[in-house]
Amino acid sequence: MATAHSRSAARLMMAPAVVLLLGWMLVPLAMTLWFSFRKYLPLRGGDLGFTGWENYSRFISSSSFWPSIQATLIIVGSVLAITVLLGLLLALLLDQPIWGQGIVRILVIAPFFVMPTVSALVWKNMFMDPVNGFFAHVWKAFGAEPVVWLSDFPLGSIIMIVSWQWLPFATLILLTAMQSLDREQLDAAEMDGASPLARFWYLVLPHLSRAISVVILIQTIFLLSIFAEIFVTTAGAFGTKTLTYLIYQRVLESQNVGLGSAGGVYAIILANIVALFLMRIVGKSLER
Amino acid sequence: MGRIQLEQVTKSFGNTEVIHPLDLTIEDGEFAVFVGPSGCGKSTLLRLIAGLEDVSGGAIRIDGVDATELPPARRGLAMVFQSYALYPHMTVRKNIDFPMKMAGMDRAERKRRIENAASILNLTDYLDRRPGQLSGGQRQRVAIGRAIVREPAAFLFDEPLSNLDAALRVGMRIEISELHKRLATTMVYVTHDQVEAMTMADKIVVLNAGRIEQVGSPLDLYHAPRNTFVAGFIGSPRMNLITEDEAARHDAHTIGIRPEHIEVSDESGVWNGRVGVAEHLGSDSFFHVHETGLAETITVRASGEIGLKHGDRIFLSPRADVIHRFDAQGQRLP
Repeated sequence: MATAHSRSAARLMMAPAVVLLLGWMLVPLAMTLWFSFRKYLPLRGGDLGFTGWENYSRFISSSSFWPSIQATLIIVGSVLAITVLLGLLLALLLDQPIWGQGIVRILVIAPFFVMPTVSALVWKNMFMDPVNGFFAHVWKAFGAEPVVWLSDFPLGSIIMIVSWQWLPFATLILLTAMQSLDREQLDAAEMDGASPLARFWYLVLPHLSRAISVVILIQTIFLLSIFAEIFVTTAGAFGTKTLTYLIYQRVLESQNVGLGSAGGVYAIILANIVALFLMRIVGKSLER
Repeated sequence: MGRIQLEQVTKSFGNTEVIHPLDLTIEDGEFAVFVGPSGCGKSTLLRLIAGLEDVSGGAIRIDGVDATELPPARRGLAMVFQSYALYPHMTVRKNIDFPMKMAGMDRAERKRRIENAASILNLTDYLDRRPGQLSGGQRQRVAIGRAIVREPAAFLFDEPLSNLDAALRVGMRIEISELHKRLATTMVYVTHDQVEAMTMADKIVVLNAGRIEQVGSPLDLYHAPRNTFVAGFIGSPRMNLITEDEAARHDAHTIGIRPEHIEVSDESGVWNGRVGVAEHLGSDSFFHVHETGLAETITVRASGEIGLKHGDRIFLSPRADVIHRFDAQGQRLP
C-alpha cells in the first residue's frame, strides 16, 4: 500500500481536488482583499484606483459598525443558548421509550428541512403578523392587544425564528450522543444512590460535553452568516443589522464594493477569533 | 448481615415469563453462584435482587425486611457489572468516592474508606488516573472498590470476569475468593462458566430457562446431579449421557458417567472403540471415542500421558459405583 510509488501516485490523483479547493478558497479571498484597498463604485465611475486603508477606517468608524457587531453576537449567543438548552431537554424526552417514537422524532427534525427564507416568511406572515398572524389571534382570544413582533421585539423575533430552525439539529446530535451512553453506567449510578438529577449532572452531561461543543462549533459557523431571516423580516431595520447584513448593504444598497470588501475582511477576522475560542473549548473536551 | 430470601418471585417481559415462580434463600456470608447457559434468566434474577428490575410477582427480603418495593440504593447492596460501568470522566478516586458522596457521607470518613479500599485492592498508585488509562484487571478492581466502600449487606457480581483474558481471569477469581474470606460478606455471583461456579461457590444455583434446576454445594452437584441438565452442565469435560440398550441394562432411560470415572486400557475393557480426537494436556489426556456400539460418542479422561492416538483401538471400563441413572423425564433415579 504505502510504497513510495503508490504515495506519489496518490498525490498525483489528489492534486486536482486540492488545487480546485485551494482555488475555490483563495480566489475569492484574494479578490476581497484586492477590492478592499480600492475605491470601486460600480454606478458612480467604476474602479477609481487605490485608496489605501480608507475603506477600513470608514467601515469601522461608521455609526452602524459597533451596533452590527453587537447584534451579531446577541443573535449568535442567544440562539446557541436556546438551542443547546432546549435541545438537551428535547433529547432527554425523546430518549424515553414512548409510543410513536419514530414519528415524533421525524416531526422534531422537520423544521431543519425548511429553507431559511421560507421559514422566515412563514413566521413573519402566519405567526407574527399583528393583524392576521396566529399569535395575534391568540392574544385577541385572551382580550389582549396583539404584539407587533418585528418592530417591538425585532431581535427577539429573529432569535425565535432562527432558534426554531436550529433546534432540530442540536436535538438530533444530542439525542444520538445520549443513546451512546452505556446503560450499565446509569444502572451503576442508580445502585450508588444517585438521584435522576445527580445522574444527569454527573453522568449524562459529562458524556454529552463533546457533542455539545460540536453543536456549538457548527452552529456558530452557520449563525455568524445568517442573512435570509433578516432580509425577509426586518430588512435590517430596528437594530437587527448584523455584520453580514451591513456588508450586504454597503455593497448592494450603497453600491460601494471597496467598503463592503473591507467589511468582509473584518467578518473574516471576527469569525476567526470566535473559531479560535471554540476550537480551544472543543479541543479540551476532545482530550478527555 | 446479608440474608437474601426470594419468595415466589416471577418476572415477565410483556407476555413472556422469563423467571418462573422461584424460591431461594441465600444465607448471610454465603458465596452463592448463579450458573446456567445464556438466556436462562440468571442476570435478570440478579437485577431483580438489585432492584434494577421490578418483580412481576412475589417478594424479596433482605435481612428479613421486605425490600420488594425499595429503590436499589436503599437495599444496601452493591453491584459489580460485566462492563465494570466505571464513570469514564472521573478519576479512580472519584469513581470510588461517588457512592459515598451520593450518600452524603462525611469527607474525612470518605477519604479513609477510599484509602482503605485502595490498599486492599492494590490501587493506591492509580487513584488519580482515569479508567481509560487502566488495564482490564485494574478496572475490575476499581469496580470492586466502588462496591466495597459502601460496606454493603451483600455484593452482586454480574459476570465480572467475562471481559478478561484467561490468565487474568484465574487471578481475579482467586482475588475475589480471598476478598470474600476477608470481608465475610454475602456475595451473589452470576456466571455462565461452570469452572468459576465450582471453584468459588459455597452454594451453586443452577438455572435453566427461568427455573432453578438444583441448589447445592459444588460437590453435591458433582456427585448427585438431580437431573440430566445439571449432570451435563456441571463438570468438565461434560458427563457422558448414554441412552438406549446400555441404559436399559441399568433399568434407566439414561445413564451418566463422567469422563474421569471410566478406566482406559489398550488391552481389555467393557466397551471397546476407536479414538477420534485425542487431546493431550500433559497432566491429563482426553479421548473422544467412536464405534463403541453405543449411540453416543464417549469422552474419557486418562491421568498422565497415554500413548494412544487417532485411530487406535481403545478399551473402556466404567466404574460401576459412580454411574448416575435418570428416568425418561431426565430426573435422577435413586
